[in-house]
Amino acid sequence: MIVLNKDGMLIQKEQDVVPFRNRVKEYAVKIGMSLVNQTKLITAASELVRNMLKYGGGGNTLIEVVSKGRENGIRLTFSDKGPGITDIQLAMKDGYSTGKSLGLGLPGAKRLVSEFDIKSIPGSGTTVTVIKWKNG
Amino acid sequence: MDRIPILQMGKFLLVTIQVDLYDRLALNLETDLAQMVNKTGARGVLIDISALSIVDSFMGRILGNIGTMSKIMDAETVVVGMQPAVAITLVELGLELRGVSTALNVEKGMQLLHTKVGSFEDNEQEEEVDDSTE
Repeated sequence: MIVLNKDGMLIQKEQDVVPFRNRVKEYAVKIGMSLVNQTKLITAASELVRNMLKYGGGGNTLIEVVSKGRENGIRLTFSDKGPGITDIQLAMKDGYSTGKSLGLGLPGAKRLVSEFDIKSIPGSGTTVTVIKWKNG
Repeated sequence: MDRIPILQMGKFLLVTIQVDLYDRLALNLETDLAQMVNKTGARGVLIDISALSIVDSFMGRILGNIGTMSKIMDAETVVVGMQPAVAITLVELGLELRGVSTALNVEKGMQLLHTKVGSFEDNEQEEEVDDSTE
């Protein structure tokens, strides 16, 4: 996989979410992603960035344009230094939430993207990486 | 503080969301609407989301809350103008928007509100007429 473009954004407060979503959209439009896929990617990004704010106290995001073979895509990385997730399997389950939300954030985001990876070390933070291929 | 305007049109409240909402703004809208329904005695709430490029689980929850809250206060809620890409995404996300009626556009939404609320009032009027004749 080749990284064609790299952009980072610090997320510290709620008001950073909309500009971040817009930035993701810009890149998705730039690689010619269809409107439906754009919407899926941005929705997933919105879920993940909210999780990062709510549970991780904010963190860093990375927006990358990646290319594999003939396919282009957007890779998003969300890393926080929050308390981490003790049971990832449970956190990925539909309807499970330690907060007061619907518990759709993580499993929903996974369904909306092409590739999904989550790594968490309790006590030191969580990193979520997603890829949405242009035609994926 | 930023606020989403709520317009009153007869017995209905009209909300047009023109910007992508951050969480606080959506929460404000929820409380503002509850207060407006209470203050105006509105029988219906119409929310136009045609300008929203995404509806995530948080926004979906807010819409659901507004629907339930209004229902408890005897008002119907209709969400109109959802973009096709948003609808596709919502289904995949796993959000069903239960308890919220939807319509394709503002016009159809208004019609729906009228039938929902109107039929009720017709019945009430009929009953009143019945009472007076007795």
